[in-house]
Amino acid sequence: MKSLKTKTLWKNLRRYRVLYLMILPAVASVFIFHYIPIYGVQIAFKDYRTSMGIFGSEWVGFKHFIEFFNYPYFWQILWNTISLSLINFIFFPIPVIFAIMLNELRDGKFKKVCQTITYAPHFISTVLVCSMTILFLNRQGLFNIIAQVITGGSHEAVDYMANPGVFPWAYTISGLWSELGWSTIIYIATLSGVSLELVEAAKLDGASRLQVIRYVYLPHLKPTIATLFILQVGQMLSVGFEKVFLLQNPLNMETSNVISTYVYNVGIGMQQFSYSTAIDLFNSVVNIILVLTANAVSKKLANTGLW
Amino acid sequence: MKKNRRKKRSLFDVINGLLVLVITVIVAYPLYFCIVASLSDPIEVGAGNTLLWVKGFTLDAYKLIVQEDQLWTGYRNTIIYTILGTLYQLVLTIPAAYIMTKEKLPFRNILSWFFFITMYISGGMIPSYMLIRDLNLLDNPLVMVVGAGVSAYNLIVTRQFFASNIHPSIYDAAYIDGAGEWKTFTAIALPLAKPIIAVMALFIGVGAWNHYYKALLYLYDKDYYPLQLVLRNILNANQLDLSNISGSGTDLANMVYRANVAQSMKYSIVMVASIPLIIAYPFLQKYFAKGVMIGSVKG
Repeated sequence: MKSLKTKTLWKNLRRYRVLYLMILPAVASVFIFHYIPIYGVQIAFKDYRTSMGIFGSEWVGFKHFIEFFNYPYFWQILWNTISLSLINFIFFPIPVIFAIMLNELRDGKFKKVCQTITYAPHFISTVLVCSMTILFLNRQGLFNIIAQVITGGSHEAVDYMANPGVFPWAYTISGLWSELGWSTIIYIATLSGVSLELVEAAKLDGASRLQVIRYVYLPHLKPTIATLFILQVGQMLSVGFEKVFLLQNPLNMETSNVISTYVYNVGIGMQQFSYSTAIDLFNSVVNIILVLTANAVSKKLANTGLW
Repeated sequence: MKKNRRKKRSLFDVINGLLVLVITVIVAYPLYFCIVASLSDPIEVGAGNTLLWVKGFTLDAYKLIVQEDQLWTGYRNTIIYTILGTLYQLVLTIPAAYIMTKEKLPFRNILSWFFFITMYISGGMIPSYMLIRDLNLLDNPLVMVVGAGVSAYNLIVTRQFFASNIHPSIYDAAYIDGAGEWKTFTAIALPLAKPIIAVMALFIGVGAWNHYYKALLYLYDKDYYPLQLVLRNILNANQLDLSNISGSGTDLANMVYRANVAQSMKYSIVMVASIPLIIAYPFLQKYFAKGVMIGSVKG
């Protein structure tokens, strides 16, 4: 029996050998660019020296982690990272609400135009989104112009990006601007799955439009919302490097110095490979714990989880 | 009675429609303002007279940026990186996704996991940087083309397309006719996969066009910079050379004038950089939404 199984395995291996050759480039590329760096993470526990290589460098245990925890700005960096995510959570319901609003539109053409326009910023590069944000907030920018028009010229121009208090909002609101429309796609698709009969039945029972939304559409959206929410919790400590880096300047470091930009500055800037890898690893581990926790909570509260 | 109710616009519809309109206008306004400001006299922009419409129409800002050589070098580099990078990713992704649908393929699950895990676990910034360094790809434009593995997400989306749109019995017919695996793939699967190849090319192409991170980390020579890195340097670092802009009046007025001209130039750079996507966008939009939908169906 067993030999028969091995025989078919061999037969299949022979039969599909061309397929293995065809998938080899993809496997090789992933092995090189994903798995070799994962192997390299061990330098977080070593004192990496270029001359000794990754394997040959000396083990030092948790030295670099402890160094990071004792870094005077550790709490500031951690808090900045978390608070950016927390502010992002405030905006989490907005695409859901906007999707429901779009879904309630009766005029198909108007709906299409609004969708096309609000999807557009998604295609504008991060660099341009951040540059536009900075352009609008600088001394000659749109916000100062508007303030001047409103106050009749008595407003004194300020560079808002130099204000650490403004940075978190510049970061999150520019993000909302570029993704608001695009993130409604998944919700609208889910809403299209609601059976019209159910909606009609609710209406016959005398439900108002708001009640239909509350008792028919929202429950239908719940699993999608839960899934996206858990995914976002998992991203809490990995606020995108690019956007923060692009909006950062020496004057707003007090709120804009986050884990990923710190890793970049220490790792690429000062070439402290082991120390920066340790920080990055700490970040990933916390993220995994957060996802698992969020998943468990969501399973309990909403009965849906990723696993 | 029922028909009547359906046609009537309720208060709810009016308020909802107005709110959606307001949100749409708010989303559209920043880009609109950039267009208007880039076409207006910088003094009028600074004075707040161009909030709604162009005032003092001029193309000066655009004339100034034509002379910005690094911008055009960046453009050229980005076009090359985008075309070659997209081809590289497609050549790796399409066959791999096709093969992942072969149910009888031994070790298929292990292969799936091999790719799938990379969506959640990565080595992070520094080990990747060290790898690129060891591969001699630092400050090498090749890194922008071949400096990445297949994206697991793209692979799953493409596999999903093969699995749900092409019935395996079509392949069986080819096998019976004596076609080998390679022939079956190129003659049967590839022509049927045209829609997903188009969607993937768009996904990957737009991603490559907007890409910034790798260039920031791995490229140092300005001649290799892609558009996005050039944009960042011009737009954020006050690097504009304004010495050839003539001003008049007192020094302070001159300074304000120069600041306003620089600002207008930046608005026009924003426009020049986003024009290709703005033109292509209406055509791409529906393919993109389709891609998102294929991807959201769990495979």
